[in-house]
Amino acid sequence: MASLDDLKKRISSVKSTQKITKAMKMVAAAKLRRAQESAEKGRPYSDKMNNIILNLSGGISDIENAPKLLSGTGEDKIHLCVVMTSDRGLCGGFNTNIIKKAKLYFQKILDEGKTLKIITVGTKGYDQLKRVYGDNIIERISFKESKNVNYFDADKVGKTVIEKFENKEFDVCVIFYNQFKNVITQIPQEQQIIPLKTTDEETNSSDDNYEFEPEEDEILSNLLPKNISTQIFKAMLENSASEQGSRMSAMDNATRNAGEMVDKLTIEYNRSRQAAITKELIEIISGAESL
Amino acid sequence: MSEEYSLEIVNPEKSFLLKDDVTEVVVPAYEGEIGILKDHISIISFLKPGIIKVFSKSGEDSYYVNDGIIEFKNNNLSILTSLILNLKDIDKGKISEIQKSAEEELGNSEISDQEKYLLDQKIEVLKSIN
Repeated sequence: MASLDDLKKRISSVKSTQKITKAMKMVAAAKLRRAQESAEKGRPYSDKMNNIILNLSGGISDIENAPKLLSGTGEDKIHLCVVMTSDRGLCGGFNTNIIKKAKLYFQKILDEGKTLKIITVGTKGYDQLKRVYGDNIIERISFKESKNVNYFDADKVGKTVIEKFENKEFDVCVIFYNQFKNVITQIPQEQQIIPLKTTDEETNSSDDNYEFEPEEDEILSNLLPKNISTQIFKAMLENSASEQGSRMSAMDNATRNAGEMVDKLTIEYNRSRQAAITKELIEIISGAESL
Repeated sequence: MSEEYSLEIVNPEKSFLLKDDVTEVVVPAYEGEIGILKDHISIISFLKPGIIKVFSKSGEDSYYVNDGIIEFKNNNLSILTSLILNLKDIDKGKISEIQKSAEEELGNSEISDQEKYLLDQKIEVLKSIN
């Protein structure tokens, strides 16, 4: 059995850990509010963008000449996966969930004999993927320096992706991120952005004809790259909200567990102190009796 | 009948402006300025760098935009842009900064004619503001 001193030390160390996790929870809660707000504010933009593209692609008659970003290269050989994770740890299953989802997809691609290329956004994803898929990672991007998620960072990722597409480095692009549902639930998502997947039912819902200026094709070819950046930006916003939410609940759990541990250790400490006292008493009494 | 329609300007970070009493909006479209009044035909167009003028019951406002897409449909005008600044409370330093980076980019010989044209446009507009 551990000595009284040892127990005392352990109690105080657990208590200080608890203080740290509590503080982290507070910070995450404050950041979460901000992240959630900006995720909600960012939604109209990506929704509108999506709407416009839907209306446009519905109006395209000549699918042969449609921009490649919309219709794809016609092949399905090389898959590019953009895995978006956080730069910091201690956020529960946040990163692991994305990685798990992504790995499933990777396996599927490789089993089908297709080529896999990976771009990691955020350092944690790279750390977890480099051991198994190190050779497949063609680029890693991290925004450790930027304090808040901003559009220009997303644009950078988007431009990288488009550049690679134009160089014919891949046929299909999929992004992985966590969708923020609420503090406890974040749903890992895979979303195909090239070629663009439109939900078929909605495409022809708009019966009114638009006037285009300049031509439809030109608008589309300008709009699609923007849409990719926008989708990535949306993913980044969702991700940052999810990260904070996940961290908050993880730290909340940690704080609670630390509390339980302190209680348990305190009881043990009290018991062994009592045992020591009793032992001493017995020794004194039996000593007195023997006289 | 009223002559007003609604306008929404969004940028990636947030919904920038929401107005219900707009009478006319002049936007710097790709092929020249367009003024949009109520009951305009549905239109989708691109913006080049320039000034958006918004006329409403409550007055007139001007904004600088870097780029954008507009969609007009059922008397709803949506403008999507990556950068928008209100000319009223504009920061001269910021304008010069954008102008400088645009000029730098123009110095890069690898850009296409189209980009060159847009950059020229941008610099011109920024100069006129400053």
